[in-house]
Amino acid sequence: MLHLHDTIVAIATSPGEGGIGVIRISGAKAIDIADRLFVSKGKLLRERPSHTLHYGRIVSPKSNEVLDDAVASLFRSPHSYTKEDVVELSCHGGPVTLSLVLNLCIEEGARMAEPGEFTMRAFLNGGMDLAQAEAVCDQIRARTVASQRAAVRQREGELSKRVERLRSDLVGVLASIEVTLDFSEDVGDLDYPETERRIAELIRETERLISMGGAGRLLREGVRIAIAGRPNVGKSSLMNALLRQDRSIVTPLPGTTRDVIEETINLKGIPASIVDTAGLRETRDIVESIGVDRARDTLKNSELVILLADAVTGWSEEENGILSSLSGVNVIPVLNKMDMVSEEERDRCLIRLREATSQSLSLAISALNGDGVEELEDAIYLMITGGVIALAESALITNSRHIQALQFAVDALRRGLETTRRRLPPDFISIDLRAALDEAGKITGETVTEDIIHRIFQDFCVGK
Amino acid sequence: MEPLTPNASIKGSLSIAIGFNAEVKSVCGADGGLHAPSYDIIVHMNESNYDVIVIGAGHAGCEAALASARMGRKTLLVTLNTDRISHMPCNCSIGGPAKGHLAREIDALAGEMGVTTDLTLTHIRFVGTGKGPAIQTLRAHADKTLYPLRMREVVENQENLTLLQGSAEEILSTDAARKRVKGIRLGDGRIFHSKAVVVTTGTFLNGLMHCGEKRTVGGRHGEVAAEGLSHSLADLGIRLGRFKTGTTPRVDKKTINWDRVEPIPSEDCPPFSFIHEKLNPPKPLLPCWYTHTTLETHRIIKENLHLSALYGGRIKGVGPRYCPSIEDKIVRFASKDSHPVFLEQEEWDSDWLYVQGMSTSLPEDVQIAFLHSLPGLENVRMFRAGYAVEYDMAYPDLLHLTLESKLAEGLFLAGQINGTSGYEEAGAQGLVAGVNAALLAGGEEPVTFNRKDSYTGVMIDDLVTKGVQDPYRMLTSRAEYRLSLRHDNADMRLTPLAHKLGLASEERWSIFTLKRDAIESEMDRLANTFLTPRDNAILRGAGTDPVGTKVSLREILRRPDINYQWIRDHFPADAPIPRDVADQVEIQTKYEGYIDRQKAQIQDFSKMESILIPQEMEYKSIRTISMEGREQLTRVKPISIGQASRIPGVTPADLQMLLIWMKRRSCDAGEEEALDS
Repeated sequence: MLHLHDTIVAIATSPGEGGIGVIRISGAKAIDIADRLFVSKGKLLRERPSHTLHYGRIVSPKSNEVLDDAVASLFRSPHSYTKEDVVELSCHGGPVTLSLVLNLCIEEGARMAEPGEFTMRAFLNGGMDLAQAEAVCDQIRARTVASQRAAVRQREGELSKRVERLRSDLVGVLASIEVTLDFSEDVGDLDYPETERRIAELIRETERLISMGGAGRLLREGVRIAIAGRPNVGKSSLMNALLRQDRSIVTPLPGTTRDVIEETINLKGIPASIVDTAGLRETRDIVESIGVDRARDTLKNSELVILLADAVTGWSEEENGILSSLSGVNVIPVLNKMDMVSEEERDRCLIRLREATSQSLSLAISALNGDGVEELEDAIYLMITGGVIALAESALITNSRHIQALQFAVDALRRGLETTRRRLPPDFISIDLRAALDEAGKITGETVTEDIIHRIFQDFCVGK
Repeated sequence: MEPLTPNASIKGSLSIAIGFNAEVKSVCGADGGLHAPSYDIIVHMNESNYDVIVIGAGHAGCEAALASARMGRKTLLVTLNTDRISHMPCNCSIGGPAKGHLAREIDALAGEMGVTTDLTLTHIRFVGTGKGPAIQTLRAHADKTLYPLRMREVVENQENLTLLQGSAEEILSTDAARKRVKGIRLGDGRIFHSKAVVVTTGTFLNGLMHCGEKRTVGGRHGEVAAEGLSHSLADLGIRLGRFKTGTTPRVDKKTINWDRVEPIPSEDCPPFSFIHEKLNPPKPLLPCWYTHTTLETHRIIKENLHLSALYGGRIKGVGPRYCPSIEDKIVRFASKDSHPVFLEQEEWDSDWLYVQGMSTSLPEDVQIAFLHSLPGLENVRMFRAGYAVEYDMAYPDLLHLTLESKLAEGLFLAGQINGTSGYEEAGAQGLVAGVNAALLAGGEEPVTFNRKDSYTGVMIDDLVTKGVQDPYRMLTSRAEYRLSLRHDNADMRLTPLAHKLGLASEERWSIFTLKRDAIESEMDRLANTFLTPRDNAILRGAGTDPVGTKVSLREILRRPDINYQWIRDHFPADAPIPRDVADQVEIQTKYEGYIDRQKAQIQDFSKMESILIPQEMEYKSIRTISMEGREQLTRVKPISIGQASRIPGVTPADLQMLLIWMKRRSCDAGEEEALDS
């Protein structure tokens, strides 16, 4: 059950041996509780103004034992993150001291905060709108710097601003249609070509937002990159090179990797899971054949496949076969083991590879000594971003609920455009434009629906 | 008891009760014709107790009183002048964009406006054609004399209804904290008791007429204003504002230069009333005539703007945005060098023409000058100058959706007093107020109308939820779900309710059920009758694509190049399909995709409407809602989250907080599963 009336406490910094650990207390009794265990020279916290810092000590009220030195930050309602009275105690001690201080707070009447409860209180107390609250969740979940940046932008209301602009344009078109319904004597009849142009522009803008959403989702959820190839071409070695640690079992025996191994790397800010697959070959070994089947599924479900070939044996028909079975998937053909062939042989092999695959992008690397691995990372990054380096800057929408609403809006706008093109009476155009307006409103919260709130409660994140 | 001193003339066999009740037996049906049947009058002396009292017998008052009486409540209708029942002081037109929809809804609810129009109209046309079936409707001119006459006959012949001439000066109520009305006191001191009072005083509360600089006290031309009632309403705590409206000059038909105006004939239209098969005017329909303003007209008006009462600021009241005076139009649409003007005959038996589009309050000599600048009106004689009237209105945000005041139980307000303009707006409100007054008097549950089912619901929700800043006029663009709220299906939407309430006569109900069944069976037939390649010659003849396999008539009718008439011509049903049924079948088939998409929107809407807010909600204690939001919510006391979402000043964030607060409260009460955090 949800209680907003009690005072909650939690360790606000991530667990581990950090330099400083912060205990956050929020609620009506936050300042009273802090005053009972935080002793500083001069006045009590309750006599101090908001937004001030105070140096003092944490003293157990029962034993009078000094636990730690601390700085108390005081934020009075409503000028705090949660809009409630908040005291943050920055302590110096390690995890043990922090949990002792936490226990003191609970003894003095605070309740241990549920996961995400500070953010939820901020939302419930009107401190942020829905899109911002969701962004906080994304930010906490965000695994890399780039996705964190997108979440921060969304939280600052950039998404709301863009969608709000879209909505106001939409209202403008709708008004220009509806005014002709009642006042054509004064304003004339509907200008169809102009309406067509304006709806088309709305479609473009909504699609722009969606494409940014695609990038946004990419940032939050990451891409899946699979390494494929015949047995023993060095897939696991490449995985290790990308991970920069020994993770896969690397042996010179074919078929060592019998299952799918997945690891997350940070690729220039994009979270990417790298999947090492079993070598693709016909096999009688039952265990291995299961691995091969799984490998094929994995490849089909990846955003990108690195098709690895052995420079020593060269690009063969078998590689071409694998390539053709991967139609529809982005593939980078890569020659491995270039440390084992001459420069001449390598070039000849690359030329053959380019002829065979008609791929403009192909690389030669040595997974073993790391040569060319960085170039491979660059190439992957370029493929993911489609050459758009500004990806991280433009990513706005990191939430699939928002993307879905925008998609519905585009669908409705397209129907409205079709109605306009067919020169049907103006009233019919308004029906789909109104639907688009409602959808866009679901993002900013302008269209209030109960399930949004329900979902937010369910979805609420861990942390904060 | 006062001595019987008649203060109203009694005409022919028509009787007016003066301080006593005239009960009429052997009445004509609710939907009866022009001819009054013979009847006896039974007089009850000293009768002063009623279930419902209606003050004012205009378009709102008549519908209110008739509805209440038809629901079996003993009803008293008090009016200043029994000769002016359902009078049409402004344009004598019924219908027009969105107003036609309201007129049809009044009829679907067994009100009198549509029936009376069909029997007394002089002219009729379609409006809004080409803008979609949701917009299209009818606009008629009624005969200025016959319309009120017919309405008065209906009122006088209505069982349970007593008509009384008098001036209601005071609403009587209990003095308790929760006020409850007890009845009314007339200017002559007589007192009548009732369980409910419906106030429909139009523009008569402190009415003040302006014509240029000339001012006359009165509600409309030649009539006195009601003053005492304003004080009485204010004493009950009702907040009054000042609105203004205007009317146009009337001119002499004999002085028109016919070569320079364009006649617009009446069109072949279906009747307003669903119970009529066709229009039934007493004489052949008339045309109206089109002319327009000229640069000279605009020059004259601009030069004299400072003399206009409507424009010059002499009137403190707020004027209508959507029915602007010619002064307003010329200033607001400065780039237009011409505005349309229609000359409309007010009745068959006179030469009075209404100059539609020229509402004004400029001085008489200026009006004559600008009239002479209109093509065809060069030598026109003005019978009566246009004038403006300003009047007290009661802010409607203090009403429940039943039109009962939040300040006094049993007090209902309807019509122009609520800040609306137009006869149709008034009539629809009158019906809703009358029905609810009757339900309250009978101790029954109230009935409300909502945005998805009727224009009436849209209007009342707008009035109560958003309030009014200027005279409210119904517009099609106000109705979000207008494709479902067409004027042609008003009966399908509302007549079942009228039947349930006891408003609809048996005759009306059987006409309704016949039509409903006919639509259903014809829709079925179209879905189950198939064309095959053997019919391709006929299809090619219509200029439409041939079929390859069997295709239903329903699919064929969906084609843009096929209409129902073609189906009727080539693949007729066994029994002839009446026009109104055919229209329904055609619209429902052709526009099914759009109608279905709007239905999906209505479902979303209904979800929010169905989340009810407890009426005892203390908004002040929900501090997460903005200050402004709390104030507005406290003022309006919305019944649902949907209604709350339409209150100006209540933000989406406020609504989320309200929803969350309600959820928490139900969690605390253990009614629902706990929220996940």
